[in-house]
Amino acid sequence: MKQLINVDVIKPLAVVAVFAMSTSSLLARAEMDHSKMAQAKTDQPEIRDPHAYSDGYTLEKGPYALGGPRQIKLADEHKFWAIQGDRVEYDSDNDTGVFDVRGWYGSTYDRLYVKFEGDVASGRLEESQADILWSHAYSAYFDTQLGIRLDQYDEGVDRQWLAIGLQGLAPYWFELDMTAYIGESGRTALSLEAEYEILLSQQWVLQPRAEVSLYGQDDIENGLGDGFSDVAFGLRVRYEMTRQFAPYVGVEWTSKLGQTADIARAANESVRDTRYVAGIKFWF
Amino acid sequence: MKQDESALISRPRLSRRLFVKGLAAGGVLSAMPRLLSANTNDTRLGSAPVLSGKVITLVIAETPVNFTGVARMATTINGSIPAPTLRLREGDEVTIRVINRLSVSTSIHWHGIILPYQMDGVPGISFRGIAPGETFEYRFTLKQSGTYWYHSHTGFQEMTGMYGALIVEPREGESIQADQDHVIQLSDWTDESPMSAFSKLKVQSDVYNFNQPVVGDFLRDASTIGLKGAFEKRKMWNQMRMNPTDLADLSATTFTYLMNGMTPAGNWSGLFNKGERVRLRFINGSSNSFYDVRIPGLSLSIVQADGQNVKPVSVDEFRFGPGETYDVIVEPEGDAYTIFAQSMDRSGYASGTLSVRPGLVAPVPELDPVEWLTMTDMMGAMDHSAMKGMDHSAMKGMDHSTMKGMQTNPLEVPSQTARHASTEYGPSVDMRVDTPRTNLDDPGIGLRNNGRRVLTQADLRSIHGVLDDDRVPTREIELHLTGNMERYSWSIDGLEFGKSTPVSMRQGERIRIILQNDTMMTHPMHLHGMWSDLESAEGELLVRRHTLSVQPAQRISFLTTPHDVGRWAWHCHLLFHMDAGMFREVVVS
Repeated sequence: MKQLINVDVIKPLAVVAVFAMSTSSLLARAEMDHSKMAQAKTDQPEIRDPHAYSDGYTLEKGPYALGGPRQIKLADEHKFWAIQGDRVEYDSDNDTGVFDVRGWYGSTYDRLYVKFEGDVASGRLEESQADILWSHAYSAYFDTQLGIRLDQYDEGVDRQWLAIGLQGLAPYWFELDMTAYIGESGRTALSLEAEYEILLSQQWVLQPRAEVSLYGQDDIENGLGDGFSDVAFGLRVRYEMTRQFAPYVGVEWTSKLGQTADIARAANESVRDTRYVAGIKFWF
Repeated sequence: MKQDESALISRPRLSRRLFVKGLAAGGVLSAMPRLLSANTNDTRLGSAPVLSGKVITLVIAETPVNFTGVARMATTINGSIPAPTLRLREGDEVTIRVINRLSVSTSIHWHGIILPYQMDGVPGISFRGIAPGETFEYRFTLKQSGTYWYHSHTGFQEMTGMYGALIVEPREGESIQADQDHVIQLSDWTDESPMSAFSKLKVQSDVYNFNQPVVGDFLRDASTIGLKGAFEKRKMWNQMRMNPTDLADLSATTFTYLMNGMTPAGNWSGLFNKGERVRLRFINGSSNSFYDVRIPGLSLSIVQADGQNVKPVSVDEFRFGPGETYDVIVEPEGDAYTIFAQSMDRSGYASGTLSVRPGLVAPVPELDPVEWLTMTDMMGAMDHSAMKGMDHSAMKGMDHSTMKGMQTNPLEVPSQTARHASTEYGPSVDMRVDTPRTNLDDPGIGLRNNGRRVLTQADLRSIHGVLDDDRVPTREIELHLTGNMERYSWSIDGLEFGKSTPVSMRQGERIRIILQNDTMMTHPMHLHGMWSDLESAEGELLVRRHTLSVQPAQRISFLTTPHDVGRWAWHCHLLFHMDAGMFREVVVS
C-alpha cells in the first residue's frame, strides 16, 4: 500500500493527468473560440428538455402504439465491428517485423476494443502487448478506455496491467491515444501515441507518428528502467489502392531513454535504431 | 488539373468513365430484350410501365440487374426500376395489393399522400409490415393531386430499387397545360450492399470522399493568398475537425446515378415536338443524393413543388434532395437538350436527353468544381452581415412594436433564438449553431453566384387557396438536426431514434415547427401524414411542402395542422441519416 504513494507511481499518473487536462483545455478552447465567435453578443442560450414535446408518451406506449416489443431498431441500436491493421510491416535489413492491429465491436458509444501490437524477429514473436478495453464515448471526439493489458515477452517476464486511457481526435486532426497502466506490486506505466495524416493527393498519404513510453519503476527482467523508457518517430507514405487497403514504405527512428537506455548499454544492446520498413495498412 | 483529378479519382476496379456513366444498356436484366428492341423507336426507353385505375397489384421480388458491368440483385416492384408509374385520380378510393415475394419483410410508403395512418406503410409505426409471402391491401381515398412517389420504408430496400412515381390527376382537370408529360425520376445505385456501405462509414466517415483538401490545394492557396491566408482559410476547419468538402456521405465512388433507371451512358430520352409545352415531373427518388438539375439552353418554369401547385417561377437550375419533387414546364425550340443532374458533391451525374426524335444527343456539361463549405454553413448568420442587419432591424423592430405596442401574440412570428436541447451537449453532437441563419434565399453550397439563376425556397409561393389556414399557431416546437460525422451518427436534439420519445400533437391544432440544422450537411426532412407549410422568418406563409431541405446552420420554420390521428414517421430522407437515427415518431391524438 505504501507503494501507492510512491513518487514512481505518481509520476506517470501525473503525466497522464497533465496530458488529459491539456487536451481537454485544448478542446474547450476550440469550442469556446467557436461559440465566442458564433454567439457574438447574444445571451447564453436557453437549454431545452428534449422530451418536453412527448406528453409522457414513449415509442412503445401511448395512443396508437402498435403494442408489443418495439419493431423499429435503427442503426443506433445495431452493433458494428471492424478490424484495423494500422501497421503490419517488415524491415528486411534486420529481418524483423512489427504489427499493430486493432479490432472493435459494439455500438456508436460503447465498444469492446482490442489493441494488439508486437515485434517479430526471425519469424518468432519477441514481445507483444494486448489491450482489452471497454471504450466509451465521452465527448464528441474522445473515448475513455478501461480494461487490461497483457504483456508477453519471449525473453523476460510476462506482465498484466489495469489500463485506463483516452483515445480520440484532437483539434487540427491529431489522432491521440494515451493510456496509463497499473500493474502488480505498484508498477505503473504510461504510453502516448500521436498520429497525423497529410493528404498528398486523394490516394497518397504521408503519415508522421510519434510514440513514447514511461514506466514508474525498474523492470530489469524486461530491460525497462524507471522513467521515460523509449520514444519512436515514424514517417510512412502509403498509397491507398482503396480506402481500405494501402501498401506503404516508411522509416521508423527509435531510441531508448534514461535508465532503460543504461540497461541496454550495460547489456551491449543498441540504444538507437533507424529502421526502413515496408508494410500494409488495411481495415475491413 | 481536371485531368489530374480524374486520374487520381479513378479506381482500379473500373475506369472513371464507366464509373460515372455506367453501362449503356444497364438496368433490369429481364427487361433487357424489351429495352434493346425498344431502342429504335420507342420513346419510353427506360421509362417505367404505367399502371392506372382503382385496383392495382404490385409484386415485390428480387430481380437481377446490371448497371456497372457487375450483376447484382435488386429489390423491385413488378420487376422494373423504377417501379411502375401509378397514375391515379383525385377523389378515387384506390385499392393497392402488395404481394411480398421476398424472403424478408417489406412495405410501401406513399410519399406525400395524406391518408389514414394504417395505410402509411411504415413498419413498426403504422403497421407491422408485409411478411414474406403475404399480401397487404392498401386502401385509401386520394384527397389531393400532383406528382408524388412511393417507395419501400423497410431497411435499405428503397436503395436497392424499390421506388416509383405516383401521379394523381386532378379531378377538376389539369390546370397546368402541357403537350408532353414526362416523369424524370432520379436515383442512385450501388453495387455494394447498403449495410456494408453503412458499416464502412461507421469505420471511416470520409471513405467515399475523393475530393478532400490536399497538400496541392494548400500550396496553390499559399501562392495566391499567401501562407498566412492559406493557414487562416484552414484554421477553423482544423480546429473543429470538420471537412470542408463533406458534401455527401456516398459519392460516385460507389454510386452510379440514374435517370429513370438509366445510366448516363444509357441516356434516357424523352421526345417533344418543337413549340410544345413539355411538363417534366422531377422526382428525387435517390437514397442519399442531392441533385442540382438543369437543362442547358432551356429556362425551367417551376409550376409545382411536392405535388402542390406554385406560382410559376423561371430558373436555370434547382437543387433537390431525396423525397422532394418539382414539376417543370419547358418550351424547347431546338432539336436536343441534355437534362443534367449533377450530384451535390460533384462526384458524378445523372443525365438524359430531350429531343425531337430518338437517337439525338446534346453536349453534356462538365461537372462544376467542388466548392468548400463556408463560414455561413458552419456558423449561420455570423458572417452574413447583410442578413444579420436585416434580421436584427426587421425582426427586432417587429418584435418590439408588436410586443410593446399592441401586446399581440408573440407566436405570430417564429422565434429566432437558438435553444439547444440538453442532450446536444454530449458525444452525439459535434457542432451547435448559436446564431443560425433564417434567410431562405440561399441556393446552397456550390450554387451560390454560379452565373445561373438557381431556385431558392424564398422563390416558392403556393397558389391561392393552398395555404388557407391563417390561424396563429398555438405553440412552437423546436428541434435541432444533429450529428457527429466522425462517429457517423445522426440524430435529432442529439438523441437517435432509439433514445427518443415521440412528438405529441393534438388533432386539428395549428403548430409551428422550428427545425434548426446544427450540422454541416443539408437534411431533407420529411414529415409523414400532414403538410409542412413553410414560412419566412417574418412569419409569412410561403409554400406547402412534404419534404423540407434544411441547409447547414439554417433555422427554418413551418406550420402544420395534423388532421389525421395516429402515429407518423418524421425523418431525414437521406436514407443513411434516417437509419442512423435522425428520426422521430409523431403521435397525433
